[in-house]
Formats: sequence, C-alpha cells, structure tokens
Amino acid sequence: MDIRAQVSMVFHLDKCIGCHTCSIACKNIWTDRKGAEYMWWNNVETKPGTGYPTKWEDQEVYKGGWERKNGTIELRGAGKSKGLLNIFHNPHMPTIDDYYEPFTFKYLDLIESPEKGVQPTARPVSLITGKPIDIKMGPNWDDDLSGTPDFARKDPNFKNMTTAEAEAMFQLEKMALYYLPRICNHCLNPACAASCPSGAIYKRGEDGIVLINQDVCRAWRMCVTACPYKKSYYNWNNGKSEKCILCYPRIEAGLAPACMHSCVGRIRYLGVILYDAEKILEMASAPEHDLVEAQLNILCDPEDPEVIASAKANGIADSTIKAAQDSPTYKFVKLWNLALPLHPEYRTLPMLFYVPPLLPVMASVTQGKNEDQKKKLHEVSKVWDDKWLYDTSTEDIWGTIDEARFPLKYLASLFTSGDEDLVKGPLKKLMAVRMYRRYKTVGDLSKVRAVEALNETGLTEEDADSIYYLTTLAKFDDRFVIPASHREQALDMLDFPGDEKGGAGFGGSKPAVRGL
Amino acid sequence: MSMIHNFLFIALPYVALIVFLIGTVYRYVCASYSVSSMSSQFLESKKLYWGSVPFHIGMMGVFFLHLGAFLIPKAVLAWNGEPLRLIALEITGFVFALSFLFGLIVLFIRRVATPRIRAVTTWVDIAVELLILYQVVLGCIIAANYRWGSSWFASDLSPYLWSILKLDPHIDAVIAMPHVVQAHIVGAFLLILVFPFTRLMHMLVAPFHYLLRPYQQVIWNWDRKTINSAESKWSQHRPRNN
Repeated sequence: MDIRAQVSMVFHLDKCIGCHTCSIACKNIWTDRKGAEYMWWNNVETKPGTGYPTKWEDQEVYKGGWERKNGTIELRGAGKSKGLLNIFHNPHMPTIDDYYEPFTFKYLDLIESPEKGVQPTARPVSLITGKPIDIKMGPNWDDDLSGTPDFARKDPNFKNMTTAEAEAMFQLEKMALYYLPRICNHCLNPACAASCPSGAIYKRGEDGIVLINQDVCRAWRMCVTACPYKKSYYNWNNGKSEKCILCYPRIEAGLAPACMHSCVGRIRYLGVILYDAEKILEMASAPEHDLVEAQLNILCDPEDPEVIASAKANGIADSTIKAAQDSPTYKFVKLWNLALPLHPEYRTLPMLFYVPPLLPVMASVTQGKNEDQKKKLHEVSKVWDDKWLYDTSTEDIWGTIDEARFPLKYLASLFTSGDEDLVKGPLKKLMAVRMYRRYKTVGDLSKVRAVEALNETGLTEEDADSIYYLTTLAKFDDRFVIPASHREQALDMLDFPGDEKGGAGFGGSKPAVRGL
Repeated sequence: MSMIHNFLFIALPYVALIVFLIGTVYRYVCASYSVSSMSSQFLESKKLYWGSVPFHIGMMGVFFLHLGAFLIPKAVLAWNGEPLRLIALEITGFVFALSFLFGLIVLFIRRVATPRIRAVTTWVDIAVELLILYQVVLGCIIAANYRWGSSWFASDLSPYLWSILKLDPHIDAVIAMPHVVQAHIVGAFLLILVFPFTRLMHMLVAPFHYLLRPYQQVIWNWDRKTINSAESKWSQHRPRNN
C-alpha cells in the first residue's frame, strides 16, 4: 500500500445553469495574456455538441490518452518511442484553428473615424497577426445547441448510436441539452505527464495537482496531443505549454479555486481523496467494462486505520487526513456512487467526477388537452396552439428513466464508456432522493413508496438526507474541504505567483517573457 | 600570417567558445524560462512538416559526420582508404546536406510568407536562419568542388581544431585552404558565438533523458519527515486567516 492524497472534484451537472462565470473567473486571473487568449483552462460546453477544441473527444483524430495493449497500457499518440520520433513534427497536434483564432475589435475606429455617410464599424482583428479577420469560430460557438447541423450533430459521442437514435434527439419536441463544465482532471495516471519529453510535468505529492514546470518546458508539445481532454494548451507566444493549475496558490491557503468559488449554481465540490498509488497501473489497464469500478477501487477509505498508517508513513499531514475524512467528494464518488468519471476509457483515471444530469432525462413529452386549459384562461391571454406538454408523471417507478427522452446511450458514452446500466445507477439514486423529498415536503407520495425506491437503489433514509443536504443546502465549508498547506515546511510556497499581473501563474514572480 | 588570419582563426574561435560556454550555462541556470524550441507548429502545421523534418534530419547527419571527422580522424581516414567506402560516405553526407538545405529553404519561406508565423518571428530568428543558410550553402559548394572533404577535413582541419582546444593554435593548414573553406570555418565559429543568444539553445536540452525516466513524476513540496512530528505546530483545523 502506497497511500497518496489527491484533491478531487465533483461537478453536479443537474445544477449547472451554463452561465460561464467559472470560465470568466479563470480567464481573468490566469489566461488574459498574449499567447494565452485562446486558452480556456475552464470551459463550459453544451452537450450534445462538439466542444472545445472542436471534437476533442474524437481520439481517432487527436490520439489522446492511453490505450490497452496486451494487458498493459501505452500512450496512443505520444510516449517514449512515438514522442521522440515525432519530435520535429507532431502529426497529431491540434492547431489554433481547432480551437479558434483569438480576436478583438478595433474599437478606436468608432471614435476616430472621420465623418462619413455611414456609421463607423469596429472590425474584428486577429490577436495573433493584428490583421482584420472573418471570425469563423469563438469560445462556445455552439452554446445552447446553436448551429446544431454543424456542431451538435457531429458530436463524437454519437458514434455508437444509430442514425435514428441520434436524429431522434434533434426533433424539436424531444430536443434536450445539458452543460458540461470542464477543467483539468488532475488525473491519477496523467497522460500529459507521461508524454513530456523534458519531464516538466509532474504531480504534486501533497495534493496531486498536476503542474507544468515552466522553467523546464521546452515546447516539445507532446502533452497537447497526449491529454485526451485537451486541457494542456500551447502558448504560441512564449513557446511553453500551460494548463489549469487548480489555483494552487489558493488551495495552499485553504481557499477554493476561483472557478469553484465563483460558481453561481454551486455545482462544484472539492475535497481530498486518499488513493493507493501502487494500484495505478493495474487499475488503468483494467478491461473496458471494469474501468469505472477500477477507478473506485483505487480510492481508499480514509477511516481505515491501515490506510491512515500508510498515509502517515508517506508523509501526508494530519490535516490532510482529516480533510479526507470530511471530504464531500469521497461521499459522492465512493460512498453513494453518485458521481462518474468523464470518459473513463481514456484510462487516465481522472479525478474530476460528474453527477450525471437527471433533468434532461426525466421529462417526456406527451399530447396534452389544451382545450381544458383554454377554458380556464382569460380571453385575451395567449393560447398555445401545440398540444405538447412537458410531462413527468408516470405510473412506473423508474419509468421516466427507462423512457428517457435523452438516450441513456449518449450519457453512457460520456461517463461509463458505453455501459448503460452503470449510468442508470446514479440516475435512479437521484430520482429516489427526489421521491423521498417529495414524500417529506409535499406529502403526495407515500412513505412506503419513497423508502421502497430508496432501498431499491441501496440507499438508506440517512443517506437520502445527507445527499439532499449536500446537494441543496451545503454551505461553503461543506462543499470545499481544503487542508491548507504547511508553509512552515516549504518556504517555496511563500511566493505567491498571482501577485504579478502578466505572470504565467507559476514559476515564481519572474515575468513570463518570450525567449529569443 | 596576417592580422586578419590571426583574428579569424585564433581570436574568433576563442571568443566564440568562451561566450558559448559562459552564455549557455548562464542562460540554462538563470533564464531557464527563455530556453525553448519555440515550436510554431501550433500556428501552422502542414508546411512545417516539409521543412522541419528534412531540416532536422539533414542537420543531425551533417553535424555528426563533422563531429566524427573531428573526434576520430584516424578512423575516418582508414574508412576512406577504400574508394567505394569513401564515395559512399561522401554521398551520404551530401544527401544529408541537401536535405538540410531543402528543409531550411522551406522553413524560411514558411516563416516569411505565413502571416501567423511572422507574428512570432524576431529579427534574431531571421539572422540565425540567414547564418545557417550561408553555412549550408558554403558546405554544399565545398562538398561539390573540393573533393574529398571527409579525408582532408580529417587530416588537415581536425588537427587545427584540436590545436585550438589544446590552447596551442596552429593555423598554417587553415591559411592554405581555399577562401570558401575559410569562410565556412568562420561561419561555424560565428554560429557557436551566437548560439547562447538564440533558440539554437534547444539543441542542448534535447530530451534523451526521457528514455530513462518513469512515466509519472511526483514532487513533494514539504518536508515529509517533519510534517507529522509532534513539534510541528499545525493543528487539525483549517486556518481562518483568509
């Protein structure tokens, strides 16, 4: 047993309203620099959609992550032999056009334009060349299913679905979407770190945050290919790779990262999880259908005396162990099995888990009787001509999940590498908790039925209360249980890299200036 | 022997080597952030393939052949004793040089003609590319006109280079060389001179150590032995000072 600590995250997708506040908080602190304009360390995607960079989930193109070969794993598009052989030209590297060309507008033209017969306009100019451009793409170009024919229909997650199944999702009456906020997963088996020829990418022992040492990065750019989530970005101006640093200066001070702190929907949870580093290779090379379970297996019970002893022997601080015992993420992921990893088939063992969204699944659409409704309304009020009603009533206890208008196959493709039963588990639990709360607050559901639903999913009433509390009422300190770092033990940490505007966010207080 | 010869073949090499040594060490230690290959593949990928690959492979071939003739001149001369082997070696070197030249020209055109690449081009990049172009063109001319370079380099120039390193420079052999060869030698030392101030630095940090390291690296910030000791002042509670 080789216990390490990992700061892990849970995003509750039912609560995400897609407001992008997280992205803006991150952008304002870390990536408002030349060469980093196009980077969104935190971004929020609409699903179904192609995401950012475009179709990042299509590993046939981008060759990210690990693949299983002969019972063990190797990097799909990088690694020792492939990486060094392709070092002069990386054939799988995305270019700026796969993200978008950063732009601004010539606002000064609005003021300085001489008098003319027409209104002056602010033309868009490229932030790379400074020349006028036609904007082809921007961050969240496909937000809220806009441009569906070009974006949502090309979602790589449809590859295991029949055309009929995919098309059914785009019928106006059945159309549904949800948001997928993404940051670096700070994986247990990071492909970016494994692919770095310079060895610049490392995992911090204390909290498992994956960082790129900016002084060691030499722009061999293999991490951009290797990360299957495309969360390692190349700074085209400074010639360095950069990625989400999980606001480590804030975490060290016991504060939540900026994206999580600013989250309007309070969808984000952050806490320590203890895991067994000896099992990394074994679990990452598990057969595809066991991957989700393997990922749970690697996480250890923080109350287990053996685990605590091993953690202490490894130099994990008492405050960290205490935080692991209070961790909200451990509860969501391991205790309640409510949260799932994103694309476990990439085998990086991501430490950002998602509570799958019940909302787009739950309601079906039925024909309503508008005539009855019309009689009740005032004669001047607007009357809807269509007869479609958003319907959540069903006699069957799990009916709304089984007859979901959002195919479970699609959710399974994202969260369980295609296993529909696995994705059904958390959804049933979420549903059961709702029924239980309905019995408690509204009372139109009998206790017998509510408890029966809970028991069927393996939850107790206490569990349901805790899930309800942590989902809806939890205060800041319940959602973020962060052990402050022991600065008295590490003088390096006294340097706050955010002090200087324009810094890269890591590597001391020196300004990040492009070399010759 | 004239002033100009002393300057070009004694003073310049020493200045170049000293600047190279101090400059590269200083930049690696004190300005490590600035050391990068400055890849521009992210902005333009297709043309880069046709430039970068032949350029680097050709460059490595030419570099290692020069290095071989410099380090093991006797072995090279012995190899060249057989005419067939000599011709094989010369042709190999020349193919590498042509690949080097082709790649360099493609890279140069790409750099000048692509607006996005121009945005990340400094005057140093242009200067270095012109210097390398000068060097490669001269090298190709020499290889074509003054046969057989691998032999006379090993027998005449290798001793000169060694005499520089041994701090006892003998430049008679160099003075007797044609001007093209002399220009090529000067170009080489100029490249060594400017090396620490350019992106050529990335040659020195070529990641061969990647082959030896494990895939995952874990770094601890704090002292793991004292963190849990009784003298450590931290309590189990989260600090509220922020």
